[in-house]
Amino acid sequence: MLTRIEIGQKTETTESRGRRLKNTVFEDLQIRVEGIQTIAVYTLELDLKPGEAEHIANELLADPVCENWVIEKNLAQAFDWLIEVGFRPGVTDNVARSTLEGIQDLLQRDLGEAAAVYTAWQYVLTGALSEAEVYTIADKLLANSLIEKFKVLSKAQWVMLGGLQAESNRVASSHLPTSRGIVLPNDTESLQKLSQDMMLALTLEEMQAIKAYFSRPEIKEERKKIGMPEEAMDVELEVIAQTWSEHCKHKIFAADIDYEDELGQHVNIRSLFKTYIWKATEDLKPRSPWLRSVFTDNAGVIAFTEDFDVCIKVETHNSPSALDPYGGAMTGIVGVNRDVLGTGMGCRPIFNTDIFCFAPPDYNKSIPERLLHPKRVFKGVHRGVRDGGNESGIPTVNGSIVFDERFLGKPLVFCGTGGIIPSRLKGKASWQKEIHSGDRIVMVGGRIGKDGIHGATFSSLALTEASPTSAVQIGDPITQKKLSDFLLEARDAGLYRFLTDNGAGGLSSSLGEMAREVGGCRIHLDKAPLKYPGLDPWEILVSEAQERMSFAVPPAKLSEFITLAKSRGVEASDLGHFTKEPWFEAYYDEACVCKIHMEFLHDGNPKLKLKAKWNPPTLSAEAKSDRDTELARVLTSRSLHEDAMQLLGRYNICSKESWVRQYDHEVQAASVMKPFVGKAADGPGDAAVLRPVYDSKQGLVVSHGLAPRYSDIDTYHMTACAIDEALRNAVAVGANPDRLSALDNFCWPDPVQSDVTPDGEFKLAQLVRSNQALYDYCIAFGLPLISGKDSMKNDYGRGENKISIPPTLLISLLGTIDDVEKCISSDFKSAGDIVYLLGETQNELGASEYMNMLGIPDHKGGEVPKVDSHRALQRYRLVYQAIQQGLIRSAHDCSDGGLFVALAECCIGARLGADIQVPEPLSLEKLSDAALLFSESQSRLILSVSPEKSAEFEHLFDTQGSETQKTVFRLGQITENPRLNISRKTSLSETDDKPRLLFSETIETLRLAWQKTLND
Amino acid sequence: MAQPKTLVITGYGINSDNELAYCFTLAGAPAERVHINDLIEGKKKLDEYQIVAFPGGFSFGDHIASGRVFANKIKGRLGDQILGAMERHCPIIGICNGFQVLVKLGLLPSDATKEKPALKQNCSLVQNDSGKFEDRWVTLKANSQSHCIWTKGLETIEMPVRHGEGRFIVDQSETLRKLWGHGQVALQYCAPDGGEAQYPFNPNGSVDGIAGICDPSGYVFGLMPHPEAFLNATNHPRWQELGLRGEGAGMKIFRNVVKHLG
Repeated sequence: MLTRIEIGQKTETTESRGRRLKNTVFEDLQIRVEGIQTIAVYTLELDLKPGEAEHIANELLADPVCENWVIEKNLAQAFDWLIEVGFRPGVTDNVARSTLEGIQDLLQRDLGEAAAVYTAWQYVLTGALSEAEVYTIADKLLANSLIEKFKVLSKAQWVMLGGLQAESNRVASSHLPTSRGIVLPNDTESLQKLSQDMMLALTLEEMQAIKAYFSRPEIKEERKKIGMPEEAMDVELEVIAQTWSEHCKHKIFAADIDYEDELGQHVNIRSLFKTYIWKATEDLKPRSPWLRSVFTDNAGVIAFTEDFDVCIKVETHNSPSALDPYGGAMTGIVGVNRDVLGTGMGCRPIFNTDIFCFAPPDYNKSIPERLLHPKRVFKGVHRGVRDGGNESGIPTVNGSIVFDERFLGKPLVFCGTGGIIPSRLKGKASWQKEIHSGDRIVMVGGRIGKDGIHGATFSSLALTEASPTSAVQIGDPITQKKLSDFLLEARDAGLYRFLTDNGAGGLSSSLGEMAREVGGCRIHLDKAPLKYPGLDPWEILVSEAQERMSFAVPPAKLSEFITLAKSRGVEASDLGHFTKEPWFEAYYDEACVCKIHMEFLHDGNPKLKLKAKWNPPTLSAEAKSDRDTELARVLTSRSLHEDAMQLLGRYNICSKESWVRQYDHEVQAASVMKPFVGKAADGPGDAAVLRPVYDSKQGLVVSHGLAPRYSDIDTYHMTACAIDEALRNAVAVGANPDRLSALDNFCWPDPVQSDVTPDGEFKLAQLVRSNQALYDYCIAFGLPLISGKDSMKNDYGRGENKISIPPTLLISLLGTIDDVEKCISSDFKSAGDIVYLLGETQNELGASEYMNMLGIPDHKGGEVPKVDSHRALQRYRLVYQAIQQGLIRSAHDCSDGGLFVALAECCIGARLGADIQVPEPLSLEKLSDAALLFSESQSRLILSVSPEKSAEFEHLFDTQGSETQKTVFRLGQITENPRLNISRKTSLSETDDKPRLLFSETIETLRLAWQKTLND
Repeated sequence: MAQPKTLVITGYGINSDNELAYCFTLAGAPAERVHINDLIEGKKKLDEYQIVAFPGGFSFGDHIASGRVFANKIKGRLGDQILGAMERHCPIIGICNGFQVLVKLGLLPSDATKEKPALKQNCSLVQNDSGKFEDRWVTLKANSQSHCIWTKGLETIEMPVRHGEGRFIVDQSETLRKLWGHGQVALQYCAPDGGEAQYPFNPNGSVDGIAGICDPSGYVFGLMPHPEAFLNATNHPRWQELGLRGEGAGMKIFRNVVKHLG
């Protein structure tokens, strides 16, 4: 029986959702709506006794203070248009699930398996709107057609229909689950076509390897013995495709690469990962005693205190976020939470980080088919990460948003999570785990549906107009929170031996990995709990339905494990067991539908052989001099003041506070350094500091760096700058530079040469150079890499319409701090304090934010910033020492927008001014005024020191800075007068040494310019 | 007297239970985190404890409305136990989502003119006027006329709010008049200088800037801001500038109630 209940607001005053929406409609779509009333619609498909529907509406669904309800009637009265948005059948409806549980609590009876609730939102519009406008509002703003459906009705249509009635939203399926054998054709063309048709994303060589495997006599024999067909089963091809996907196997990082540098010299690289990333950590291991488990588990584990270890993992969720920004991003954040939950014996997540790369929100060119407007992507991703983090009770402590038009092709959504675990559990090191033969395979958490099928293979392909809709998953933080609470309870009770996350590739991937620990596994797919009937066995195995983890449970603990799960409102299903025999076996209704030798499954994929050729965009000495003359001409014609003010409001520089404030950044009460600092808590923080063990002063520092613009000149320096930025951010708050660990997340455009990627060899060379820098700088800075991930197909479309992202490397750092009470923030502290600049300023405006603003791209804008790691590290160590000695009152990193932006931010945070007289020279190079203010030279920090401590401070840097070149420059003083004055002591002509004022503005004007752009 | 035992209720998306349990334990009322289903299944009972706490979080994901599905569960499965705790003057606190639960349960504010408490809702916490979830520190002013045992002796105190549905509203002006008349308004948002708060100092548009209320007895207390998130001085956004060290001021609320029971 179907019952439709509508809930609306009694009066206008509590209709804040409608009011906000009305503004958004105008801002995003330039459509004026007079008024929007929002109505929640609940459709109950369950047997109710008379009066029960009223009881449910009254007691559960409507707020007696401000809401009213109707049953089988419509609340909408006077209106012009009506839009109703609900989920497509089968899409996870989290509110419906809670409602159903609420009804059972209210009626105090079990409603049975068949009971269902469907929710929808109705938007009741008034105003003179055309039908097309209303459709635009529904389609572009309210509904995502991938997962939602909507109805649009005019008042007249609504009257004609006699209002809206209850409708079921059940998945109608009469499909009988089957598995089929698939003949692998002989000719290469058909073989390749088969891979495409089945969305396997396998190359011809890989398809041929699979064909060869199934033709092996011993395999044929084995299959015959158990009554399996000779040809491959669909289940088997799907499992192999998931396991061998770029997403899971990192084939490009494992490939043999023939790299040719700019001098024509060849280097053979056997696996970028082994040669650079893994090697850096191996080389640093002897001097990094804090490393526990690196590159082996779901996240990297390091020691924190005597009693606790911590771990961190950063993932990307780019492709799903491009199609469904909200769902994709939410799945990204709750997905990486599971990586941490699945690390060691199970870590408790204690912080999230998020870094986004989007096209600018004011993008006004045409948007290619299947892509969403960047503003919508931005808002949706932000909302998804916000809800995912907030609802999970994990603080979002660090992040940034980077804008570049090329991220239209694929937005980048980096989601990171850190966790904590007692170093020993039941007397055993908690980062280690094992599986015994005979242990039960138990899947815990959400049910399996068609959502997220082919996620792993799909993310290994470029986005096209034909990208599958099923590849998107819907996250539910509450199901996962229940799962994680249960997990930690079961961990402490010792109820399991091993656990891992079910992420990309679903069960196929998690069990495939787990089975390696012991030999093999045997799983019964018909025992898996489904959201709705009709899934084929292969779909059950590869579905990426969310909030699931797989456990190895000793048979003796099985019933206790399942009872505890049930009591915590968590579903746990015994699906089979692990075996000594090296086979990945799956059964459906007693029939074997998959039996693959473990060795072939994991190591049978042919290694890629790739070519890379580095062709740097070099300039001759003459061309360089011409460029510099031209640049000087352009720069002298500009108003520094106007440029500076405009720079402060640029998307990449402006304040993101109104967005960041929507993240809960202090749940768990560990926060020491917040995302925003200073007098009004609106100055930028450089890095997060946490104190997860409340009665200890030991802290964790979390920072990151990325610099995709510099890739336009050289990915080697892009990488060096990303590492340096992350490091100087950490150092700025007081981290010990010798006690940090790093993570690498590569997001690259497709670097494999092919018809669709004619510049693959160059893009691969960019990747090689980036890896070389990663190794060089990690070694130089002493930063062991403990975990990482790569996402290699960040392109949209083909041919002329192809949009490739700029090669991007995110570096995240995690470190420990002995005494959090010594940490410092970026805002100036008091008038009279002395301001210092640490580090040299060079002519490094190439690919800077300033040159980007002037529309002068890549090397045409000058040299890319380069990092002198030796001198930088020496400087960072001194800063650490000075902070430990209490000599420094504030520190801020100098980054996008250079010295000017950094100074402005220190003042804004403090609501104090500064009188800055820049001394000369700031380096061996002669600087233009623009370069002095906006050059993005690396390894620089702005510090403030109280006058009483300044002598001691200067002494420390003078006596211990062994270099002949100066690294510390006294810039001036902090002033009560809230105005930032910047002048130069010498003029460019060097004949007149009277200070020359370059910039002067009130802090309030600076603040407004910095805050207005993205102030929501 | 023996140390009072604190019950911190968890489950279904509650997420501030660890730090809240830490605060009570530190204040001298050792806390136990207990899953709501262990209470429903009878493995634990409310009357084993001298303090009951409903922590913040997103019980049931704020689905339908914040706190509603959890309140409905308590009402349906533990109604008698909770009313019993109230009658024996057991201090009960609800923070953020816990406050939403107590309000939607009708336990707060509870009508002072009625002899026995009834589970009937007459106030609500609805979507912030700004329309969005925000995390920011606020200044609160304690009402010296209030009977609230938790805020006794406090003047002003800072702590963070972190919510999307914290706007306190009443069903009719009479309810508001009674709240003031019976000393049930415990905490109000105020400007940093102590004056009347506009957004963002009143972060959600609550009527009369009400941030926390108690029942007529003063034992049951609910508030939107998070005292348990100010357990160490270093939680304060300006601890470095203000030179704050040691314990956070949020602890005063927990120490207050332990002292009262002591």
